[in-house]
Amino acid sequence: MSALRVLVGCKRVIDYAVRVRVKPDKTGVFTDGVKHSMNPFDEIAMEEAIRMKEKKLASEIIVVSCGPIQCQETLRTALAMGGDRAIHVQVDGKEYEGLQPFHVSKILAKIAQEEKVDLLILGKQAIDDDCNQTGQMTAAILDWPQATFASKVEIDNGSLKVLREIDGGLENIKVKLPAVVTTDLRLNEPRYATLPNIMKAKKKPLTTKKPSDYAVDISPRQEVLSVEDPPVREAGQKVESVEQLVQKLRDAGLIVS
Amino acid sequence: MNSIMPLLSQSARLPLRFSCRIRHFHIQQKKLAVELTRIRYPNLKRGPYANVCDADISNFEKLLPGHGRVITDVNELDGFNTDWLKTCRGSSQVVLRPKTTEEVSALLCYCNDRRLAVVPQGGNTGLVGGSVPVFDEVIISTQLMNNIISLDEVSGILVCQAGCILANLDSYLKDHKFTMPLDLGAKGSCHIGGNLATNAGGVRLLRYGSLHGTILGLEVVQASGVVVDCLSSLRKDNTGYDLKQLFIGSEGTLGIITKAAILCPQKPNAVNVAFLGCDSFNRVLDVFQKSKHMLGEILSAFEFMDAASMDVIQKNLKMHNPIADFPFYILIETSGSNGNHDEEKLNKFLETMLSTQLVNDGTVATDMSKIEAVWSVRERMAEGLMHDGYCYKYDVSLPLLKFYSLVEDMRRHLGSRVTRVVGYGHVGDGNLHLNITTPAYSHEIMDLIEPYIYDWVARHHGSISAEHGLGFKKKQFIYHSKTKSAVKLMQAIKKLMDPNGILNPYKTIPDAS
Ligand SMILES: Cc1cc2nc3c(=O)[nH]c(=O)nc-3n(C[C@H](O)[C@H](O)[C@H](O)COP(=O)(O)OP(=O)(O)OC[C@H]3O[C@@H](n4cnc5c(N)ncnc54)[C@H](O)[C@@H]3O)c2cc1C
Repeated sequence: MSALRVLVGCKRVIDYAVRVRVKPDKTGVFTDGVKHSMNPFDEIAMEEAIRMKEKKLASEIIVVSCGPIQCQETLRTALAMGGDRAIHVQVDGKEYEGLQPFHVSKILAKIAQEEKVDLLILGKQAIDDDCNQTGQMTAAILDWPQATFASKVEIDNGSLKVLREIDGGLENIKVKLPAVVTTDLRLNEPRYATLPNIMKAKKKPLTTKKPSDYAVDISPRQEVLSVEDPPVREAGQKVESVEQLVQKLRDAGLIVS
Repeated sequence: MNSIMPLLSQSARLPLRFSCRIRHFHIQQKKLAVELTRIRYPNLKRGPYANVCDADISNFEKLLPGHGRVITDVNELDGFNTDWLKTCRGSSQVVLRPKTTEEVSALLCYCNDRRLAVVPQGGNTGLVGGSVPVFDEVIISTQLMNNIISLDEVSGILVCQAGCILANLDSYLKDHKFTMPLDLGAKGSCHIGGNLATNAGGVRLLRYGSLHGTILGLEVVQASGVVVDCLSSLRKDNTGYDLKQLFIGSEGTLGIITKAAILCPQKPNAVNVAFLGCDSFNRVLDVFQKSKHMLGEILSAFEFMDAASMDVIQKNLKMHNPIADFPFYILIETSGSNGNHDEEKLNKFLETMLSTQLVNDGTVATDMSKIEAVWSVRERMAEGLMHDGYCYKYDVSLPLLKFYSLVEDMRRHLGSRVTRVVGYGHVGDGNLHLNITTPAYSHEIMDLIEPYIYDWVARHHGSISAEHGLGFKKKQFIYHSKTKSAVKLMQAIKKLMDPNGILNPYKTIPDAS
């Protein structure tokens, strides 16, 4: 089988190290002026694609991001890591707030078909909405096999051997290409883009599209009623001795007397 | 359902693999029998101080009522008696943990009357053996003096107690859009009082200057117990001698710092870090010169490390080199108020560095997680060296042109007798950290290093201690960097402020003879 054409999704999310703050009107979280970066699971997806290309198993890596204009920075990062070209599907403001995995899946599926890709690698979830849906939905729309939560991927003569992280441990599966893979944390350790590649990335092709170019209707299917902070942990109590501790536990009915 | 990651909660934003990249530092309390200082240095003589007796302990307990404030448990004492580098160990019988200035005053008054020697201790991360007893000095720890007193959001002036941990102050300030004017690898453990007492430099000195400029006021308790209130929070105050300056860098020998007023800069909106590889040390200097020229006001750190340092990071800490292998590495940080402006400047600078081949390769981190990961390569050096066994640590200022020759010369001088000789540090401030390691402490090696290294530094008009202080280990070499008359004046000041010599004896300046 000839080398694969790979499509990688790169979502721009609030940097994982930022302390997220809920807006007072509870419609969402503050994003203006907040540091954003590439979803860590998508970085892992990028790294996996680059490794395939380095082993000559992949021929081209196309990177996609849906969202506001700043997504182009995320795409440049992906190009600097080793992507060949980028597609930015621009969605701004209110529309972006209503953009959901269902819409993104439809867009990704369309691009996968147009670009005749053999493999779609996505993060298992984005760390902002934690939906864990896009990979699965995209596979369903394309009617391709899916290998989610991958912690090891091997290409084997037109198929993929994938080691999956599941509740009870690990699962080995084999799927036929074309397929959708979603990455788990232990799949690889993403590289740092090198300076020469960062410079080269500025000149790599980046096309801007709209959802309508793919005939995808992005009117929201869900309504966010309210976004709330997680409950604050109650302050603990200090006790002076083991006896006191035991007494407290007893009083609270946590141990039998 | 897949449940490898917790969903939605704040902690889900910190996946397992990433949490190990956090650069906050915590002291490792490895159980190793460090040789007692009084045994390792048999020529030392205990000063004419009283011994702590049972009556003292019960008096201390009266002065510090409540649980866990007077520690006498042998196991608990061990951590307080041993320094971070595991090179000095005292045999103090008691640790005192006051909460207020009044309590510090009462304790010092008592110890002064009883002629009990005292060692002030903060986070115990000092690197010159200054924070632990030499014999059986009473340890006064600032661990419980950790209240933030006020923050003026207009001027950025923070007032706090001496025992606040540097990283805690910084994260408190970040919520109010300010930051601490100093930052160093020990931030997760060191106290602001300890930073002041050592006049700590660190990685932001290049940008915000030394603590002599950013500290507006101090409250200090003298050896006699008298409280000296210089806690002004005025930017300008020329009324008499500027006494607070005397305590900054006094290493606990003139008084115990209890409170500080600190002028804090605005938290920068945009931070970028570049990690670069260079072929020679001269190139490192060229890059430094160019960075000052092209990055100007946004340059906030310029650090370097050599290939031997990277080896420590990779072999001892199993961390990755972010770029390919080079003889020298540079870490440049920019901080500014406008991300686009900074990025444009940094990109232009990096393009020039690459096209003129001053730099051969590198990477740029803009994500916070990547920035932390790159910083940890530099900041975990001190920790990495400890894995070799014993670390002979030197911290010198040198004219930049002579800067790296010292490392090369030490390598020649010591040859294969040592595990390694590494050089890294705050090249932007002319400050070299030279470290030599061996599997265990050796008198022989020590004699080969000292005074050789100090003579070398003096010959090239450097300072034998750039930022760590003199403490216990370096005080006898003060004359390499200071004149006789200057030291004499220091001794006179010490005598005036601590006539009985109870505060941190055997440290910092030689006794007047
Ligand atoms: C990993 C690591 C990285 C470091 N990086 C740097 C660096 O970049 N730059 C730098 O300058 N230093 C650095 N240091 C050393 C630095 O001196 C200390 O980390 C710090 O400034 C000391 O603070 P501390 O609270 O731990 O003080 P301690 O170690 O407890 O005490 C240091 C000295 O101050 C005295 N002291 C402490 N508290 C008081 C007080 N309240 N009043 C009077 N005297 C007091 C002690 O008696 C002692 O002499 C580093 C140390 C480590 C372990």
